[in-house]
Amino acid sequence: MADINAYEGPAEAGFGDYVALLKPRVMSLVVFTAFVGLWIAPQPVNPFVAFCAVLFIALGGGASGALNMWYDADIDAVMRRTAGRPVPSGRVTSQEALAVGIALSGLSVMMLGLAANWFAAGFLAFTIFFYAVVYTIWLKRSTPQNIVIGGAAGAFPPMIGWACATGGIGIESLLMFALIFFWTPPHFWALALFMKDDYSKAGVPMLTVTHGRKVTRCHIFAYTLVLAPFALWLGFTSVGGPLYLAVSVVLNALFIAGGWQILRRSEDQAQADGYRVEKRYFRLSLYYTFLHFLALLVQHWVGGW
Amino acid sequence: MLPQVEHELHKRRRSRNIGLLVVLLAFVALVFGLSVVKITQGDMMQGYDHRPRASMLPPDPDPPAPNAAPVAAPGTPAATQGVTQEANQ
Repeated sequence: MADINAYEGPAEAGFGDYVALLKPRVMSLVVFTAFVGLWIAPQPVNPFVAFCAVLFIALGGGASGALNMWYDADIDAVMRRTAGRPVPSGRVTSQEALAVGIALSGLSVMMLGLAANWFAAGFLAFTIFFYAVVYTIWLKRSTPQNIVIGGAAGAFPPMIGWACATGGIGIESLLMFALIFFWTPPHFWALALFMKDDYSKAGVPMLTVTHGRKVTRCHIFAYTLVLAPFALWLGFTSVGGPLYLAVSVVLNALFIAGGWQILRRSEDQAQADGYRVEKRYFRLSLYYTFLHFLALLVQHWVGGW
Repeated sequence: MLPQVEHELHKRRRSRNIGLLVVLLAFVALVFGLSVVKITQGDMMQGYDHRPRASMLPPDPDPPAPNAAPVAAPGTPAATQGVTQEANQ
């Protein structure tokens, strides 16, 4: 009798592996910023509809994550940080990741259209297309500005949330986009400075590899300077207020000071103290977005200008 | 009666199947909840179905005022009443 159990294939995928395809950690940022964008919009939304809308936006974000893992399986396998992902580790085939990504993309867009409105649904479809095709397939491997373009995809969720409530785009939602868009590059380049990831081995042109660390430090400081006016401008719109402005002034002062310190350091200094400043700046950047959006939420709660 | 032997495959895939069940049940609950909210809010419940319908038009923001001196349609009781009234005068 043939013993079919003797076949030792790769480990079978559990439910958690399919959840991991959706990049749950990236999703948490999407959920939070989309919720804030939806909640602070001038038109009130039924809480259950808001819950569903945020869920479907997150699902769309997860779908684009799965499409990213499908296409990037070859470079994920090379890099230490990503080698344990479900596709490169062999638990899920890349074809399955593609199927999950496409199915969830369609489902999330249709359901967001039914739950909120079709403008928001179209916006979500565009975001998935932008992340999966424009970023992952097209530009990630061809330009050192890949982080900047990827940042745009991450910056759309608060705009989609806003569109769910209002059915359109406003100056406030554009400024929320700018807040995340200009924040993403310094955030990731600070990480790239101290992670020393093997991007070059994988053939991904990171700024640290293609232009060197000195140029990366200049870029971090430049983006920090560009970011500050947009963050403060948001404080003078209908969603802003004194509380948001106070939080924003403090955070931007800290962020610019951190960027200045990074700019002034040489690589020898950084190596001598184990990239202490870069790591501190990276941690600050995490608080930077979280506290800005939290301040928007609280400001909405206590009332704006 | 067939022997009910659980194959090793079923054991391995249990977490996947239970997870999928939970997701599908949650999805059903979500669609049901959305329907309840949409209906109680009085949202538009019918879509375009290849034929224009007056009930699908948005409410007229400036409806015409009722006529101060209405004229009855010919042949209706109101019209004949009007004619006899005129004849009596």
